Amino acid sequence: MTTTSAEPAAARPALGRRAAISAKHLRTDRWWVEPVYTVVGLSAWLIWGLVHTLLIRDYYFIEGPGYHYLTPFFSPCVNVECPPDSALLGRWAPSWVLPYAILSLPLLLLFRLTCYYYRRAYYRSYWLSPPACAVPDGHAKYTGETRFPLIMQNLHRYAFYAAVLVSIINTIDAVRSFWGTEGFGFGLGNILLVGNVVLLWAYTISCHSCRHIVGGRLKHFSRHPVRYRAWTFISRLNTRHKELAWITLGTLALVDIYILAIAAGWFSDPRFFN
Amino acid sequence: MARHTFRVWRGDANGGQLSDYEVEVNEGEVVLDVLHRLQATQTPDLAVRWNCKAGKCGSCSMEINGKPKLACMTRMSTFADGETVTVTPLRTFPVIRDLVTDVSFNFQKLREMPAFAPPPGLKPGEYRMQQVDVERSQEFRKCIECFLCQNVCHVIRDHEENKPAFSGPRLFIRAAELDMHPLDARTDRKEFAKEEQGLGYCNITKCCTEVCPEHIKITDNAIIPMKERVVDNRYDPLVWLGRKIFRRDQMPGYLGGPTQERLPVSEIVADRAGANSPYGDDITFPLPTESLTYEHTKED
Amino acid sequence: MTDNTQTSAASPAPRAQETVERHRYDVLVIGAGGAGLRAAIEARLAGKRTAIISKSLFGKAHTVMAEGGAAAAMGNVNPNDNWMVHFRDTMRGGKFLNNYRMAELHAKEAPERVWELETYGALFDRTKDGKISQRNFGGHEYPRLAHVGDRTGLELIRTLQQKIVSLQQEDKAELGDYEARVRVFAECTITDLLVTDGRIAGAIGYYRESGKIVLFEAPAIVLATGGVGKAYKVTSNSWEYTGDGHALALRAGATLINMEFLQFHPTGMVWPPSVRGILVTESVRGDGGVLRNTEGKRFMFDYVPDVFRSQYAETEEEADRWYTDPDNNRRPPELLPRDEVARAINAEVKAGRGTPAGGVYLDVSSRLPAEVILKKLPSMYHQFKELADVDITKQPMEVGPTCHYIMGGVEVDADTAATMVPGLFAAGEVSGGMHGSNRLGGNSLSDLLVFGKRAGEHAAKYVDSLSERPAVRPTDVQAAIGTILAPLTRAEGENPYAVWHELQDVMQSLVGIIRRKHELEEAIKRLEELRPRVASVKATGGRRFNPGWHLALDLRNMIVVSECVARAALEREESRGGHTREDFPTMDPKWRRLNLVCSLVGDQVTLTPKPVPKMPRELLALFDKAELKKYLTPEELAELDEPSESTGGAEAGRSN
Repeated sequence: MTTTSAEPAAARPALGRRAAISAKHLRTDRWWVEPVYTVVGLSAWLIWGLVHTLLIRDYYFIEGPGYHYLTPFFSPCVNVECPPDSALLGRWAPSWVLPYAILSLPLLLLFRLTCYYYRRAYYRSYWLSPPACAVPDGHAKYTGETRFPLIMQNLHRYAFYAAVLVSIINTIDAVRSFWGTEGFGFGLGNILLVGNVVLLWAYTISCHSCRHIVGGRLKHFSRHPVRYRAWTFISRLNTRHKELAWITLGTLALVDIYILAIAAGWFSDPRFFN
Repeated sequence: MARHTFRVWRGDANGGQLSDYEVEVNEGEVVLDVLHRLQATQTPDLAVRWNCKAGKCGSCSMEINGKPKLACMTRMSTFADGETVTVTPLRTFPVIRDLVTDVSFNFQKLREMPAFAPPPGLKPGEYRMQQVDVERSQEFRKCIECFLCQNVCHVIRDHEENKPAFSGPRLFIRAAELDMHPLDARTDRKEFAKEEQGLGYCNITKCCTEVCPEHIKITDNAIIPMKERVVDNRYDPLVWLGRKIFRRDQMPGYLGGPTQERLPVSEIVADRAGANSPYGDDITFPLPTESLTYEHTKED
Repeated sequence: MTDNTQTSAASPAPRAQETVERHRYDVLVIGAGGAGLRAAIEARLAGKRTAIISKSLFGKAHTVMAEGGAAAAMGNVNPNDNWMVHFRDTMRGGKFLNNYRMAELHAKEAPERVWELETYGALFDRTKDGKISQRNFGGHEYPRLAHVGDRTGLELIRTLQQKIVSLQQEDKAELGDYEARVRVFAECTITDLLVTDGRIAGAIGYYRESGKIVLFEAPAIVLATGGVGKAYKVTSNSWEYTGDGHALALRAGATLINMEFLQFHPTGMVWPPSVRGILVTESVRGDGGVLRNTEGKRFMFDYVPDVFRSQYAETEEEADRWYTDPDNNRRPPELLPRDEVARAINAEVKAGRGTPAGGVYLDVSSRLPAEVILKKLPSMYHQFKELADVDITKQPMEVGPTCHYIMGGVEVDADTAATMVPGLFAAGEVSGGMHGSNRLGGNSLSDLLVFGKRAGEHAAKYVDSLSERPAVRPTDVQAAIGTILAPLTRAEGENPYAVWHELQDVMQSLVGIIRRKHELEEAIKRLEELRPRVASVKATGGRRFNPGWHLALDLRNMIVVSECVARAALEREESRGGHTREDFPTMDPKWRRLNLVCSLVGDQVTLTPKPVPKMPRELLALFDKAELKKYLTPEELAELDEPSESTGGAEAGRSN
């Protein structure tokens, strides 16, 4: 009679091996489409943004009785080289400091870089970690966001606060553009600027951090009815965070290119009033 | 009626291969039906784990054309006529035989997760919770423990060495469920999620949400909120400063610290003398006996 | 904990090479559904070393399929509710064949058992004042079912599972081992109970995963194995429901009662064929869904039996008002007890007013706004969307009766859940008596909590009462091992799947909802022919996770249980609850006084009539005289009129 101890079933270490399936993955659908589109889309946008912010031309449009549009890529314009009436927060940065919107662009970039949606997008498409579900990631070792530098992703909340401030500046820009030296008036550019700002706000407040701060952190919604209502609203927006992330990239580029086009004189801004 | 080629992985821990079977498929059938037909007609010893066949128990998890799915919820009509259907066991866990894998990793992790801590002072029948307060946790309690999320998560799927440090999406929704439970008395759930469960390993690529047959928004509603809650008491500079200044046991998020949210701890600032009633402040004692509907039975 | 050892089976065995894993526990719980887990919790709380045997993975038990809720007279929604009303509903539903004491204990203790779940972490839906919300269900006078959407069974099993884990964590903290006092043996099947000198000594079975034999030595065993639905073709039951506990008990010398009473759930899916039988919860009707035939008629109004006439609406208008004003209107006939609805659907289909797939329409789309349907019936929505490609917010569902629950089961003592065999206890669906001839929806979840707890508690007490433990006899072990391995070692034999499908055919067509004498006789004859074939099936392949082999062993249980059902159905010459005889279409008060007890003599199923426990006067006083007239014999009624000293009313049942 042998008397060896029986090992506990559930606590048994994974003695067995995984199924020996030779194929790396067996997906038959076009799983690579999404990462490819993401890389193309994000890269194109980044390159355009870099080119325009470094080219430093045709970012400010002014015509007639003081009608003016400032592209969001240059707002707030703080460089000494900025046109005086485009500067909202003064002109103090020396001319070699690039980009001209040195206050806002790094923060906006940080906001989008640490955004929970963009993280998913670029981890999947650029870092292939993983490129698609059930497709192996291309790395020998993986520690996720537990170490420097990726642990810094946890700072998303501060980037969100900054993004709110920048959105306020963008809003002021959009409102100011309605007022020329001879009072109120607007053209197609105004409509684009306003549309862009509204969508920027939608993207900004649909942020997961915002959802958490507004109400998600509460344990008892029933004791905070107002915050619960706000949370419910943001939760609904939040389900569209991905779409808003892409739409706002599109509107930013659109507004920027539009202002560049009219500032360069390719065509003129249709005026609807005054 | 259509004909399909089924390419099924047959084998065990010592190795195996994909075997082809030709099968008839009737209208309205799911992959599990076809596997059962294989068992009944061609290969009686084909190992398949299944149970309810209605998408409620989460037993028949496998990979169908490379995607983690429940075999009982994958309709054959989703495949093109004559398309070859490849069925393989879950990759992340050790195989037992054919399509059956050893999922004990998940039960081990479930066992390490501190259970619900009943609030002290409340007897059974005295729990009062508002529907809006339980709804978030209820979403996570829909989980049928099919472990498809655990299987698809690349943190352990592609990196076996992360298994000890990483609990996986199933456990993150459990953590969120308990942290959002209106009456759970533990306050160290966030610490546990970060330190013991490896929440930081998750890079929110959302595959868990993509495969969840219960459509639980694992990433948006559990993992990200838990990450944010960890940020609340780990990475928030104000909290960090507070830690330096105040005593640790008065900080939220510390085991043994105050459990009730926004309740004045001291009688001096409370709006009534004595402690708050655990029964709620709208109940006065003794209760009218005619409204009591329960009688204790005698011991037999 | 070194008494869990492996041992080579003692010689002089025919299979001396067979290694048997051996475990010793105080209480062995067979079945990891609601009743089993609740029993295990109680046994562990009583300090007993407890093992839980689960045929599938931990937490996958068939309890997850329960949708509606757990009936408990908490009175959270309607304060008029109390245990007496619940008791009355249960007896009415069971057509007075219930073991009154079980129904009484059940009604009294259910609220406490449900509240207890909250302390384990369950999250039921809430009322406005924060209490557990309760919903309407067929046969219940007041809203009574504690629920979570339509996945209450899942909530229950998960809660109990997590409570087990929490107890294991306590043991880990105290003793350094999660499994010091409770251990779950997942994917393990018990094939025989071992009885020594008439008392339970242990149980033997095999791991599905490895095919290895495992022996448990335990003086107390709780059976909680559920039902027998897999003997039928159209069933809502999962593969585990092969009557294991019923057969184990029979072979160990215990008895079964009421086996002729099977509940056919009125609303199972009928299309597509592969999901035929899967349940459509009664809540669909409780929340406003109505049944219509292909002519568009709400036919249930034509099927209200006289017994229920006074409690159900007679017009569609009154029925519709009931959903919003239940106090001043009578309930819609769609909420009649399940057997009535199942028979009505059956009759409509037979009369040619059914759908081509053999069902009727259950329509909620024209009755509730889409978002309310999504909120109240989310899993039904998904079930139909994903399995049948039907959008229930836009289209009606197609439904028909499906074999759902067996009221009959192991005969137990009401208070202790003890069977006739010392040391053997039974709780949940595998036990009989509680539900009489028909179970009310929602009463099974509360049943398994109430009697699961009692079974665990009394199993622990029984262990304490023993001066020495019965020893397992090596010859019994050898015989049991022989039985387990036989299908694998036979040179010749039939495919178990073929035999199983024949058995299902017999039960489905000859022992179904409507039964006839000559059909039942034929069924018994064919079952007798099947018996030797079951005993000689052959499983191909090896021992590791071999479903053909597992089925061969389950068949052995299904055949004997099927025989009990068929024989009892033939014997009972009346129609009552889950037993409908075409040749005896009415209830007979004389039959109400009798339970049919099945036992195994040699390998022959025998039936003995046994009087139903007599309900004390105090409990009878809870009913209207007029109502009792429908159930009781004239002698019983005359007895009731005699004067007596005992007091009635609320004290009822305290005098046990």
